[in-house]
Amino acid sequence: MLNYEITFIVDPVLSSDEIEATAQTYVEMLTDADCSIVHRNAMGLKQLAYPINKRTSGVYFCIEFQAQDGTIIPRAELALTRDERIMRYLTVRLDKYGVKYNQDKRDGKIGSKRKDDKSESKVAAKPTIVKSAPVAAPLKHADGIDSSEEE
Amino acid sequence: MASRDDIKFLSNPKLGQNQKKYCRFRRFGIRHIDYKDPDFLLQFVNEQGKILPRRITGNSLKYQRKMATAIKRARHLAILPYVTDQLK
Repeated sequence: MLNYEITFIVDPVLSSDEIEATAQTYVEMLTDADCSIVHRNAMGLKQLAYPINKRTSGVYFCIEFQAQDGTIIPRAELALTRDERIMRYLTVRLDKYGVKYNQDKRDGKIGSKRKDDKSESKVAAKPTIVKSAPVAAPLKHADGIDSSEEE
Repeated sequence: MASRDDIKFLSNPKLGQNQKKYCRFRRFGIRHIDYKDPDFLLQFVNEQGKILPRRITGNSLKYQRKMATAIKRARHLAILPYVTDQLK
């Protein structure tokens, strides 16, 4: 199973229905070609870093999917090139680290440092396990002494 | 002949040499660089939008190349500019 990611920019002058329909056609094209869609991310209207086709903003979409082989990629790219509503597209093949990164991003494990609970729990996990082992041993020993004294 | 003890400086010349540069990807175990994340990529780009060299960023060769391809992909998708001024 090969993992791919297609990011494309849709012309913002279209109505929101048309923009949605544009993205939906490609989702359907991929599902018709026996690809399982992992995630469909509408990144929304963003300012472009430089004008494309004299437009300064665009609606970004990102589709992550799994395919059996790479035969749909040339067909999808051809459809993206021919579609006048799409300004730019980029197809990326994801390796296992990319797949894991996207998964973690959706779960919220990758974020800004303000999410202190998650980042600290990840970093502090190992040290706390090591520290708890020697601490537990003297407690057990103390309990043994107390019970023997009571007797 | 001035011995080593006689030579004094106003400030320690070894100041700043002790900071060992490391590759942040190897250190923190980051294996994948996302091209869609402009805030992260801006750290590796100067005010003109140019990619910073490895001797400045401290990256290992493997991750410097991944970083460069991520920045080039972001430039293709107009997430980062090719040339600009006052990027930061």
